[in-house]
Amino acid sequence: MNLWIELLLVSLALTNLALTSLCRLETCIRVAAAQGILLGLVTVALHSPAISLHMLVLVLGIIVLKGLVFPWLLFRAMRQARVRREVEPFVSFTWSLLIGTLALPTAMWLSSRLPAAHPSHTPLLIPVALHAILAGLLLIVSRRKAITQVLGYLVMENGIYLFGIALVGEESVLVDLATLLDVFVGVFVMGIAIFHINRTFDHIDTDRLSALKDWPS
Amino acid sequence: MYAISMFHTALALLLAPLLLGIINQTKAFFAGRDGIPLLQLYYDLWKLLHKGAVYSRTTSWIFRASPVVGLAAVLVGLTLVPWGGQAALLSFEGDLILLVYLLGTMRFFTVLGALDTGSSFEGMGASREVQFSALAEPALLLALAVIVQVSGSISLSTMYAALTPALWLESGPAMIIVAAAILLIYLTENARIPVDDPNTHLELTMIHEVMVLDYSGPDLAFILYAAALKLWILGSLLVGLLLPVHGQGWFNTILFFVGMLFLAVVTGVIEASMARLRLQRVPQLLVCAGALAVLAIVLMQR
Repeated sequence: MNLWIELLLVSLALTNLALTSLCRLETCIRVAAAQGILLGLVTVALHSPAISLHMLVLVLGIIVLKGLVFPWLLFRAMRQARVRREVEPFVSFTWSLLIGTLALPTAMWLSSRLPAAHPSHTPLLIPVALHAILAGLLLIVSRRKAITQVLGYLVMENGIYLFGIALVGEESVLVDLATLLDVFVGVFVMGIAIFHINRTFDHIDTDRLSALKDWPS
Repeated sequence: MYAISMFHTALALLLAPLLLGIINQTKAFFAGRDGIPLLQLYYDLWKLLHKGAVYSRTTSWIFRASPVVGLAAVLVGLTLVPWGGQAALLSFEGDLILLVYLLGTMRFFTVLGALDTGSSFEGMGASREVQFSALAEPALLLALAVIVQVSGSISLSTMYAALTPALWLESGPAMIIVAAAILLIYLTENARIPVDDPNTHLELTMIHEVMVLDYSGPDLAFILYAAALKLWILGSLLVGLLLPVHGQGWFNTILFFVGMLFLAVVTGVIEASMARLRLQRVPQLLVCAGALAVLAIVLMQR
């Protein structure tokens, strides 16, 4: 059983690394969807012999939202904004992969300093959660396109969720449901916002939004 | 003990060119062609060894030395690699570093020989080869470092002897990641498809093939044979990781040989089903191999 949990967690870490190094938005969204589904499976595996009903509902919610609804919304936003790939990010793909890799030892070190509430869980859980948070942050600060930034936000939320099940366990269902709702609203709003940004400015490069003017110069 | 290691080394000397034949046959099968005969490399080597060599007047002794040094380096390297669940012919503390540097010596002399011809075309290939191997070498050392960490030894033979099925059960994910990293390095170092296309001889994209354009006769035979042996060495590092069997006996020898054949088929399938990466994306692939190795080290660390 432990081996399966570790396999799932390692795959999660690999999806984090993949997201930091891929340039095609389509593939990025697919990987993020896979990460959402993996997250649901990890939850099932952690509580596996005796999983309660509301945990099962939460897992189903996660898989449906993060594996199907978010990708669908993001694909829609991608089509409407007519962007296909992330071009010239602030930090190049090779460097973000290197930074993403270095984030892993950092996460390991950080988690070794944290006292865990449930030490019975696998020791990989908190490092992978921290790694997801760091990778999400990296995506948010280093990419130009609004869609990739939304993906970074999603990855970060995934990390926070993992951290939640590692620290609190079963009692966190309500909190998790609330976060899930928040993220849903976030992605939904961003989907619409991306469309409007694109319609007004003909692109979704966020760095150029800082130079807004009333008239074209 | 030594007898069987010597037998394994002789087997490698004899059968290494066969692997390239199998790769080509697999590719031909996927393309629906008859393909190059399975033993073509043997015929080529035989033919080339009976020819004379032609040297350009601009070249110096470096150009003539480089195929010989390359073959010598890779032959010494071959004696260091454990095969078939057995210790290698030679083993001592730290021989993994010697192996990596022997491969480095071979590459260094190929590059020098290419630069010695004074052809701008070969200089370009040399520059690319050096750029990619500068990234592939640390990745290979990092991947071997994971096995060092597992086994607590820095000699290839004892390192590979410490790999057991029990270890695979205990830390399977990390082992799979190391195997993936070594597969990427194996493809890069042998100039196979996601990095370099061994079929294109006169394209601007080629890397390894362009450096040996000026060689002919026995020199070219040495280079082709050394490349086949290099494929065998890196292949046995990967197969040894994936087949954690030990002990003497014909069964292990046959099992390992089937493993090598399977690896050749897998290489052929990769080549048949993938396109070569854009040149700018290749460093990213190699960084990815390094990242996988680091991930495995971190996983083993806890």
